[in-house]
Amino acid sequence: MALWGRILPEEVPLNIAVCAKTAPDTATPIRTKADGSGIETAGVKFVVSAYDAFAIEEAVQLKEKGAAAKVHVFSVGDDEAINQLRSGALAVGADDLTVCQDAAAQGADSLGTARVLAAMIKGTADIGLVLLGNKATDFDSSAVPSMLAELLGWPVVTMVTAFSIEGGNFKATRNVGGGVSEVVTGALPAVISADKGLNSPRLAKLPDIVKSKTKPVHKKALADLALTAADLAPLAITSTFAPPPPRPKGRILAGDIDTQVAELVRLLRDEAKVL
Amino acid sequence: MSILVLCEQEGGVFKKTAAELLGLATSLSAGPVAAAVLGGGDAASLGAFGASTAYVVDGDFGAYDGDAVTGALAAIVAAANPTLILAPASYAGRDALPRLAARLGCGLAADCTGLTAAGGAFVAKRPVYAGKALVDVRFAKGPAIVTVRANSFPQPAASGAAASVVSVAFTPAAPRVSVSERLTPSTAVVDLTEADRIVTGGRSLGSKEKFDEVIRPLAAALKATPGASRAAVDAGFAGHGDQVGQTGKVVNPTLYLALGVSGAIQHLAGMRTSKVIVAVNKDAAAPIFEHAAYGIVGDLFEVAPKLQKAIAALD
Ligand SMILES: Cc1cc2nc3c(=O)[nH]c(=O)nc-3n(C[C@H](O)[C@H](O)[C@H](O)COP(=O)(O)OP(=O)(O)OC[C@H]3O[C@@H](n4cnc5c(N)ncnc54)[C@H](O)[C@@H]3O)c2cc1C
Ligand SMILES: Nc1ncnc2c1ncn2[C@@H]1O[C@H](COP(=O)(O)O)[C@@H](O)[C@H]1O
Repeated sequence: MALWGRILPEEVPLNIAVCAKTAPDTATPIRTKADGSGIETAGVKFVVSAYDAFAIEEAVQLKEKGAAAKVHVFSVGDDEAINQLRSGALAVGADDLTVCQDAAAQGADSLGTARVLAAMIKGTADIGLVLLGNKATDFDSSAVPSMLAELLGWPVVTMVTAFSIEGGNFKATRNVGGGVSEVVTGALPAVISADKGLNSPRLAKLPDIVKSKTKPVHKKALADLALTAADLAPLAITSTFAPPPPRPKGRILAGDIDTQVAELVRLLRDEAKVL
Repeated sequence: MSILVLCEQEGGVFKKTAAELLGLATSLSAGPVAAAVLGGGDAASLGAFGASTAYVVDGDFGAYDGDAVTGALAAIVAAANPTLILAPASYAGRDALPRLAARLGCGLAADCTGLTAAGGAFVAKRPVYAGKALVDVRFAKGPAIVTVRANSFPQPAASGAAASVVSVAFTPAAPRVSVSERLTPSTAVVDLTEADRIVTGGRSLGSKEKFDEVIRPLAAALKATPGASRAAVDAGFAGHGDQVGQTGKVVNPTLYLALGVSGAIQHLAGMRTSKVIVAVNKDAAAPIFEHAAYGIVGDLFEVAPKLQKAIAALD
């Protein structure tokens, strides 16, 4: 690595871990299987989960700024996850991808997933920062980042909309609700989950997608991670996938705008009883 | 079975999710219901909504510290030994409850909209795939953690009962994450995820000035929280925290009023469980109308001021 004057000798080279997965394209209609065992995946396009793109982009930007040496991507997922993360992460600047494709890992609940990710991260040298999406756009849990932090014993800041590193410390802005955001600081290593607003993810360029085919993809079996299928047996067991109940058909009001507004207020007060 | 409910408060006043969740826990008739309280507040008053015991960790929980919340809750769980821990799907519910699940080694069902207890087992219902499907979640063992979307359950009527207060000892460590600055909006609003009424503006507002001039006063007249589509946020009309949808807030109000919002699938992802949806759009074919209980086909710049006036005239 090139030595810039501002890199002090006592600074350890920081590597970043990004945890990312694939989820159905947000524009895709979802149909549940007749037996309720899951969703129909035929014809569903899987892409890098929306918030994970923010995590990947942030890691790459930190590397470009010289704040990080390597960006390692970790995923529990299938072959399509490898395909999508090649173009969605390796082609935009991440260095390598490590996946666990074990059936027990892919069938794990949030805590089991966090255990696999924690084991992969612990097995990688000099990780000083873990970036994740704040929720996966499939099960919408917002659980893995905090679980992972707990398992690693590292501090966590979730729903982050601005982030920087200085020396061994970080500064993050988090969205705590009610329009309130907080600027927080802490020492690395830490776990950060990305919210929209953190950055604008770039799209991979075609030559970089071609080059990404030669970037390393490592596969880890559970045994490599000192885990067993029993360690990953789900504690939260999901079943009975069903479509949401249909909404009763609404009505379009008639008349000129004054009439419609008066009618709307009357309906909201007397029929819907919400005013 | 027994249920422990995290009752959140702000400045000593319990949030309405506290009553919602205590009411839910009581309605399950699944054993005693206890409240977990961090910081001040009149913990005994939670008896009015069904808590027989309130476990209280005293201290200053004003500035959010995930380490302290996780640690204090773990101490209360050790004292109360519940089979189910119920918490709101608030910032703490998303940040600290998964940590508690990892610390206790227990299952978590997040952002649920339903919960039943039958034959000694809890079954939580939650939307997945941005509300395009619903699933049931069961738990391999107790305790289990369920976080609940605000406004999913009614506020129970208060009784005259008082909870017996048990103080739980917990000493927080020095925070590893410290708050150096707090940026609050000029006018305090109920968080979108907890709001009972929301007025949302879309791209068609055209500018931040128009958004401020049309959406915010209408929201204020309705005592609603303003929201925005992604197109409006990305154009700078409103902040990221105001965005409703798949990459914004998931909301669950009684009344959702959308002005000049087309109703893209990613927007619906954030608001489809709203009880009454009203759409104002000049295009009668806009997809939002398929989800609206009431629709006005018209120019929002004409409708909004008239609606604001009509609402102001109500009280
Ligand atoms: C991964 C991903 C995530 C996304 N996440 C979100 C999200 O979280 N939230 C979100 O909202 N979107 C999200 N989107 C974007 C979404 O697809 C739409 O682009 C967006 O919701 C459109 O916003 P809009 O309805 O304001 O604008 P438009 O779709 O442009 O609609 C504007 C509407 O205003 C109407 N109109 C125009 N002028 C007037 C007038 N004077 N009076 C009345 N009506 C008028 C038009 O008829 C039109 O229906 C996401 C997209 C992707 C790909
Ligand atoms: N199977 C997985 N592989 C890699 N990262 C994951 C996986 N599941 C969840 N994550 C990460 O955790 C974040 C939050 O996911 P969730 O808690 O499932 O909503 C995601 O945005 C990812 O960054």
